[in-house]
Amino acid sequence: MKVTIDGQEINVEPGTTILQAARMIGGESVPPAMCYYSKLKGSGGKCRCCLVEVSKGSEADPRPMPKLMASCVTGVMDGMEVKSISSERVLDARKSVTEFLLINHPLDCPICDQAGECDLQNLSFKHGSAKTRYIEDRRRFEPENIGDKIQLHMNRCILCYRCVMTADQLTDNRVHGVVNRGDHSQISTCISKAIDNEFSGNMIDVCPVGALTDKTFRFKQRVWFNKPFNAHRNCDKCCGKTTLWMFGNEIQRVTARKDEYHEVEEFICNECRFDHKDVNDWVIEGPRKFEKDSVINQNNYTRNIEPVKIDTEKNILLGRDQDRKKISMPAVPLKEGEVKVFKEGNV
Amino acid sequence: MARKILLEHANIPGIKTYEVYRQNGGYRSVEKAIKSMTPDEVVEEVKTSGLRGRGGAGFPTGMKWSFIDKKSGKPRHLVCNADESEPGTFKDRFLMEYIPHLLIEGMITSSYALGCNLSYIYIRGEYMWVYRILENAIKEAYAAGWLGKNILGSGYDLDLHVHCGAGAYICGEETALIESLEGKRGNPRIKPPFPAVSGLWANPTVVNNVESIAAVPWIVNNTGEEYAKIGIGRSTGTKLISASGHIKNPGVYEIELGLSVDEFMNSDEYLGGMMDDRPLKALVPGGSSVPILPAHLIYKNAEGGDRLMSYESLSEGGFQSGSMLGSGGFIVYNDTTCIVRNTWNFSRFYHHESCGQCSPCREGTGWMEKVLHRIETGHGREEDIELLWDIQRKIEGNTICPLGDAAAWPVAAAIRHFREEFEYHVRFPEKVKNRDHFVAEPFDKVRHLVAKQEI
Ligand SMILES: Cc1cc2nc3c(=O)[nH]c(=O)nc-3n(C[C@H](O)[C@H](O)[C@H](O)COP(=O)(O)O)c2cc1C
Ligand code: SF4
Ligand code: SF4
Ligand code: FES
Repeated sequence: MKVTIDGQEINVEPGTTILQAARMIGGESVPPAMCYYSKLKGSGGKCRCCLVEVSKGSEADPRPMPKLMASCVTGVMDGMEVKSISSERVLDARKSVTEFLLINHPLDCPICDQAGECDLQNLSFKHGSAKTRYIEDRRRFEPENIGDKIQLHMNRCILCYRCVMTADQLTDNRVHGVVNRGDHSQISTCISKAIDNEFSGNMIDVCPVGALTDKTFRFKQRVWFNKPFNAHRNCDKCCGKTTLWMFGNEIQRVTARKDEYHEVEEFICNECRFDHKDVNDWVIEGPRKFEKDSVINQNNYTRNIEPVKIDTEKNILLGRDQDRKKISMPAVPLKEGEVKVFKEGNV
Repeated sequence: MARKILLEHANIPGIKTYEVYRQNGGYRSVEKAIKSMTPDEVVEEVKTSGLRGRGGAGFPTGMKWSFIDKKSGKPRHLVCNADESEPGTFKDRFLMEYIPHLLIEGMITSSYALGCNLSYIYIRGEYMWVYRILENAIKEAYAAGWLGKNILGSGYDLDLHVHCGAGAYICGEETALIESLEGKRGNPRIKPPFPAVSGLWANPTVVNNVESIAAVPWIVNNTGEEYAKIGIGRSTGTKLISASGHIKNPGVYEIELGLSVDEFMNSDEYLGGMMDDRPLKALVPGGSSVPILPAHLIYKNAEGGDRLMSYESLSEGGFQSGSMLGSGGFIVYNDTTCIVRNTWNFSRFYHHESCGQCSPCREGTGWMEKVLHRIETGHGREEDIELLWDIQRKIEGNTICPLGDAAAWPVAAAIRHFREEFEYHVRFPEKVKNRDHFVAEPFDKVRHLVAKQEI
């Protein structure tokens, strides 16, 4: 089947979705995806980030589709023409979805464990606007303990349902899912149960944002200070193929390996993930590469790094010197208003 | 006196019971269909009748039936959508409460036409008493041999169950209804596949509204051709309208499609005119999700033609100057109504009922509610009107199911037709802080304030 995306033609098998076709082409035309996950059955269609314009339905029925379509769940037709990045409407829709997603998502990237590998961060960078128009209250949740290894931070959740599908499809005795409706919906366990299952750790990996975090790694490191290595071990539960996140010689975190769309290649078991933090447990294959513009490449130790010398100009510190003087010298007279504020103590 | 089809026998005492219903010609359509017609002939009859779905979208029922995948060899199901949660709509419950056997008869005839051996009525949880009435009627139908194995000795088997939902508006959406019936969270599914191909338990399924199914016995008894003679153009047959608001006679009415809105509103046979004879301000003709119409577009469309109670006439002019027949929830407002408050009220509903799967609806409905609340309570900012317009525009058309649209349309129409009122709210916050601001001083009396500011 022939499909054209942003003017680029490709032949694909019947049953391919627009998103998959776009990924085969690659580059700027690939729509962002927050809820679709190729490894999970039935995923996609929810976040609406991947909307595209179908400007020609097919060879047989060339009418354009009136609505924007979710590319992750729309199959291609022979002769279909799709506009992704080349459509104003699509860009507008992506901007809207980003705005909607950021309504309730706190901008706490500076303290979030997912910073640097967060899909929402990337989405906002590309399609977000610098200012928010939302001035109302945002929803807030207490952090929830859902087992001894996983921490749930609902504030950050964008309800992509990926973790729910992971739990559904990889683990038995599922105890966690979505409760409540609309923007009151939340990921939780039924009823405040712990998630206790050999494959539950994969939920952390599929979460596109920092809502589910690894308790053995939380707050240990910013990911771009870690050196990622591909490694493996003999495991009787899973493939045993992982990425190790090292700091010096310490293994700080173990995750599954992810492909260029940040999707896990093969799911791993909790033992590999949480219990093997000794270098001797692993056969290290070599450094792991990330896409060109990923912040994780900041710690690219495979490249020779020139030492940087910082010359602080004297003038830059001048203002600070003055400030210091002002603060410590009572001789500097205060204005009338300042005296009042000073006396009342609410400086 | 208008033609009655569905409520023909509604006033007969005891029509709720099987005996009385049967004495008045009940279950004749089942006999006729099973004994003298093939299933395809029944489908053909419904196609000829031109019956359109009464659940809101108005999709031709016969056509929907013909989409059902008969070749797959899988069992097929008919599901009756008795969820009826659209604010302003309360017709199905009337039908089920007063003539429960009519729905059951319709279910049997329709199931026969579609070749289903297992059918369901999905009823909303709040209708517990109706649920009991239906349960009872089904029991009677089983006892009389209209349900169960080998109906009328024809070899045709049918089981019918009533399923009580938990009271979520979204479970009225057909795919969410199917999910809910399967015991899952009522989240709409992504289409395709459509239920006709893969519905309940991945089997071919038809979901139809109560009123659509209840019309089938008459069609089978009297032929589709006769049915098509009633009504006007492509809006054939009769329609139940549930009327509420500032009118003299609220209630459920069966009308012949094509009746003029003027006659429906003002004749004593129907609504009897405005309550307390106050002026008419606005109308929501088809349940809360359809666009609101301002007074000058109610009896006449933008071209000056008469507005009729039909699918086509009410939608004339598109969303610029028209609305929709929808589910027939006819809500009338007089001049004391605050449109902003009403819109906020609708918005509050959609916010509460969004299933929360897709980002625009989950986040957008809540945002709209908050902005509307702010404007209505006298804390609105000038830019809020534009903001609101922008939010609804970003939800509409970008969601999985039409709930997103249903949340966006009322807001869009309110701003389109009643923008002045929104402006009044943001410019005169002190005046609107009084909860009943338009009761003592209807908007017409204060309109000049907005106009003056603009000069
Ligand atoms: C959010 C939402 C709620 C709905 N609620 C109802 C309902 O309560 N009753 C109903 O019959 N149809 C409802 N519908 C329409 C159904 O999805 C479906 O179109 C209808 O049941 C089909 O029946 P019909 O073809 O007989 O009209 C709803 C649709 C949406 C999007
Ligand atoms: S916790 Fe993460 S993976 Fe789960 S629904 Fe929320 S954002 Fe998605
Ligand atoms: S539009 Fe709203 S109700 Fe419908 S699937 Fe999306 S979130 Fe759920
Ligand atoms: S990735 Fe397609 S809708 Fe979420």
